[in-house]
Amino acid sequence: MTRNLVQAAYIVSAVLFVLSLAGLSRHEKAKEGNAFGVTGMVIALAATIWLSASQSANALLTLLFVLVAMATGGSIGLWRARVVEMTQMPELVAMLHSFVGLAAVLVGFNSFVEGGDTGSGATIHLVEVFLGVFIGAVTFTGSIVAFLKLSARIRSSPLMLPARHWLNLAALVVSAGLLVWFVGSRSVVPLLLMTVVALAFGWHLVASIGGGDMPVVVSMLNSYSGWAAAAAGFMLGNDLLIVTGALVGSSGAILSYIMCKAMNRSFVSVIAGGFGQEVSLGEDKDYGEHRETNAADVAELLRDASSVVITPGYGMAVAQAQYPVAELTSQLRKKGVDVRFGIHPVAGRLPGHMNVLLAEAKVPYDIVLEMDEINGDLSGTDVVLVIGANDTVNPSAAEDPGSPIAGMPVLEVWKARNVVVFKRSMATGYAGVQNPLFFKENSQMLFGDAKERVEDIIKAL
Amino acid sequence: MLIGVPAESKPGETRVAATPRTVGQLVGLGYDVAIERGAGRRASFADEAYVAAGARVVDRDEAWAGDLVLKVNAPTDVEIGLLRPGSLIACLIAPALNPGLVERLTAAGVTALAMDAVPRISRAQSLDVLSSMANIGGYRAVIEAAHEFGSLFTGQVTAAGKVPPAKVLVVGAGVAGLAAIGTANSLGAIVRAFDARSEVGEQVESMGAEFLRIDVADEGPSATGYAKEMGEDFNAKAAALDAEQAGDVDIVITTALIPGRPAPRLLTEEMVASMKPGSVVVDMAAASGGNVAGSVADELVTTANGVKIIGYTDLPGRLPTQASQLFGTNLVNLLKLLTPGKDGRVVLDLDDVVQRGMTVCRDGETLWPPPPVQVSAAPAATAAATPPEPAAPKPPPDPRRRYVAMALAAVVFGLVAAGSPSVFLGHFTVFALAVIVGFYVISNVAHALHTPLMAETNAISGIILVGAILQVGSNSTVVAVLAFIGIVIASINIFGGFAVTGRMLQMFRKD
Repeated sequence: MTRNLVQAAYIVSAVLFVLSLAGLSRHEKAKEGNAFGVTGMVIALAATIWLSASQSANALLTLLFVLVAMATGGSIGLWRARVVEMTQMPELVAMLHSFVGLAAVLVGFNSFVEGGDTGSGATIHLVEVFLGVFIGAVTFTGSIVAFLKLSARIRSSPLMLPARHWLNLAALVVSAGLLVWFVGSRSVVPLLLMTVVALAFGWHLVASIGGGDMPVVVSMLNSYSGWAAAAAGFMLGNDLLIVTGALVGSSGAILSYIMCKAMNRSFVSVIAGGFGQEVSLGEDKDYGEHRETNAADVAELLRDASSVVITPGYGMAVAQAQYPVAELTSQLRKKGVDVRFGIHPVAGRLPGHMNVLLAEAKVPYDIVLEMDEINGDLSGTDVVLVIGANDTVNPSAAEDPGSPIAGMPVLEVWKARNVVVFKRSMATGYAGVQNPLFFKENSQMLFGDAKERVEDIIKAL
Repeated sequence: MLIGVPAESKPGETRVAATPRTVGQLVGLGYDVAIERGAGRRASFADEAYVAAGARVVDRDEAWAGDLVLKVNAPTDVEIGLLRPGSLIACLIAPALNPGLVERLTAAGVTALAMDAVPRISRAQSLDVLSSMANIGGYRAVIEAAHEFGSLFTGQVTAAGKVPPAKVLVVGAGVAGLAAIGTANSLGAIVRAFDARSEVGEQVESMGAEFLRIDVADEGPSATGYAKEMGEDFNAKAAALDAEQAGDVDIVITTALIPGRPAPRLLTEEMVASMKPGSVVVDMAAASGGNVAGSVADELVTTANGVKIIGYTDLPGRLPTQASQLFGTNLVNLLKLLTPGKDGRVVLDLDDVVQRGMTVCRDGETLWPPPPVQVSAAPAATAAATPPEPAAPKPPPDPRRRYVAMALAAVVFGLVAAGSPSVFLGHFTVFALAVIVGFYVISNVAHALHTPLMAETNAISGIILVGAILQVGSNSTVVAVLAFIGIVIASINIFGGFAVTGRMLQMFRKD
C-alpha cells in the first residue's frame, strides 16, 4: 500500500514538474510555474521521507538524519539565493550544477555498495551505476571550472593543452575499458579509477572553453546534471528521478542548441573548445578612424531622438551599469522617447542574463525585445546605444565572408541613423575580431566606464 | 602657435570661420586664438563670447599675421599680401576653378589647404565643408521655396475646405538633395526625388521620398563619390522624366553638380514653361551655370508664366549661426588631424591622403592637383573576385537516408532490448517519453526567461535528493554518511534554486 501511494505521489510530482517547466516558458505563467515546481518537490520529498522511514530499521533516527541534513542544506541554499547579486547569477547556477553532479556521484557509489539485486538485472545495474557516476563526476568538475571562470577566480581564456582532442578521446576510451573491467570483476577499483578519469575529463572539457562560450557551457552542464539525475533514477529503479532527469536534460540540451544557433556554431565545435584563442587578426586592415564623442553630446542626441534602442552586452554586467541604464530609460520615456532594448541571445554569460539584469533594475520586460523582433526596426531608429557589447553587433558577421564570426546572426545596429558605442578601449571582443562598426560614419565612441558614462548622460539630460 | 581668424570681406558673406565653441576646442588643442574685432557679428557671435572662450580680439592686420589663418572664403589679393610667408591658411579655394589664385598663394610662400578639396573618404567626412554646407544649403533651399510658394506644404482638411499638400521634386540626391528631401518631407509635402546614381535610391527612400527610377543598364557606382556625366540614352530618358514631372509638381529643387565642370542642364525652357503658375524652382547649382534654363545666380527670376526661379548661391550663408558652427567644427577637425600631439604645433603629413589632397601649395611649390584617390565606398564590380567563391549550398539530404537511419536505430535498439530485463525496458519507456515531453515543453520558451528556467530546472534536478533520502537509512555507515552529504548538497540546490527563481520572477514586471 505504502509503495503504491508513494508511486502515486511521484506521478503527481512528475506532472507538476512538467507543468512547472511549461509555465516558465511564458512571462504570464512563470510565477505559477515556479509554484508548481515547489509543490511537486514538496509532494515528492514528503512521500520519499515517509517511504525511507517506513523501510528503515530505525525510523526515528532516519527521520532525524534527513531533517538535519535538509535543514542544513536548505538554509545554505536560501541564504545564497537571497544575497546573490543578479550579475553573479551565472556563477550561482554553475555552482548549483556542481552539487547535482556531486550528489549523483555519491548516490551512485551508495547504490553500488548497497548491492541490490543479483542475476540478470545485476549487469544492467552495474552499467547504470557506472554511467551515473561518470556523468555526475563530469558535471561536478565541469561546473566547478565554469564557476571559477565565471567568478573570475581563474582566467576565462581557453586552456590549450597540446593534443587536447586526443586527451578527451583517451578519457572516453579508458572509461569504456574500465566499464568492461567493472562489469566483469564487480570490484570497486575500476569504479574509483573511472571517477578520477571522469573528474579530470570534466575539468579539462570546460577549461578548454573560453569565457564567451559560457552561455552554451552553462546550459550544457544544466543538461548533464539532468542526465546524471536520470542515470541515478535508472540505478535506483525510480521513475520520478528518470522523468525529472530527462526533462532537465532535454531542456538543457535545447537551450544549448539555441545558444549555438545564435552564434552560428555547431555544438561540437563549442564543446571541443579553444574558440577565441586562434587570433586570426593577421589582416592589418585599415578600417579608418573612429570618432570620439562625449556625454553631453550624446545627451543632446538622445533628447532630439524619437526612437532609441539600447543593446547591452556583458560589459554592462561587468560595469554594473544596469541601474543607470534603467534610470536613463525611464527619463527618456518620460520625455516621450520610444526606448527599447535589443538583446542578442548570447549576450552575457548565461542564457537570458541581460533580461534578468534589466528586470532587476525595473525595466519593464515588454520593451526588452529579442534580436529577431528588433532587427527589422533598427533602420528606422534614431539612436542606438551599444553598451558593453561587441561581437553581437559586429557588421562583419553579416558582410565579411572571411570573418571568423561570419554568418553569426547579429543585431544590425549599423542601420540606425546614429550609433553610440560605450567601450572601455578600442580592444577587440571575445572572438578577437576587429569590429568595423566603430569606424562607420554613423558611429561614435564614448570611452570610459559604462556606468559612469551613463550617469554623466543622465546628469547632462 | 597663433591662429588668426579674420572677418570675411566678401560682400554678403555672413559666416565666420570660428565660433566661441570651436575657439574653446582650438585652445584645447594647444593653440592661441586671435579673432578680428566684429568677425562674428553677422553670425550673432559677440566679441565678448569669443573672449570668454579664450580668444583675443585683435585688429585686422594682427589676425592676418597668425601662424595659421582660418577663413571661410578665399583671400583677396590684398589679403594675400597680409599673410606672413611660411604661414598656413585653410579656407575655401576651389583650386580647380581658380588657377590664378593658386599661383598667387604659391608665390606668397604660404601653405594653403583647400577646405573644398577634401577627399570623399569616410574618415575625412568630419572635415568636409562641402558636405556640411550642402546639408544646410539643402534645408534652406526648401525654406526659400516655401517662402515664395503661395500655398501650404502640408495637406489639411479644414472647415473652410481641403488644403492639398505640395508636391516637391528634388533632382540630385547628394548631401544637399537628401537634406532638402528630409526638410520638405517634415513640412508635410509629397516628395519625389531623382538621381542618376541608382544606388542612392535606398537613401532617398529612407528620408521619406519616392525615388523615381530610370531603366537603363547600371553604369556602376562612381569612383570619386560624386555623380558623373551619364550616357546619351540615360540623359534622354531622364529628360523625359523631368518633363513629365515638371507639369505635375509645385516645387522643383535641383542640386546637380559635377565637380570642375559646368552644371548639367536639367530643366529646359519648355519644361519651365509647362509648370503651373506660382510654382517655385530652386536652382542650387546657379553659381556654376545652373541646372535650370533661365536661372540667374543670386537672383529671384519670375518667368512669363509666373514660375519663380530662385538662384541664390548663398543658401548656407542665410543660416549664418549654424553654418559658422559647422564650418568651424570642420576646421577644428582639420586641426585635430594636423595636431597629432595636441600641443599647438602643426605637423603637415603629405603621406596622408587627406592632408595631401587638401594641400594646394607649400613653401612656394604648387601641389595641385593631388594624385587621384580611389574613395568610393562600394567597390567596383571587378573587385568582387577577391573573396573566395561562396560554397554552393549543400543539397538537402535525401529524406530516404533519414528514414533508413531511423529504421536501423530501431532494429539495433530492438536487439539490445531483447537481452534486457523487462524492468529496465519499463524505465526506458518512461525515460524516452520524458525526453520528448521535455523537448516540446521547452522548445518555445521566451528568450528572456532562460535564466529563471535554468535556475528552476536546476532546483528540479535536485530531485536526486530522493535517491539519497532512500539510502540514508542504510545499515552501512559509509552509505549513510555519503547519503547524508548527498542530502545536504542536494537540498542547497533545491531550496536555493526555487528561491532564486522566485526572486528573479518577482523582478520581471510589465509596464
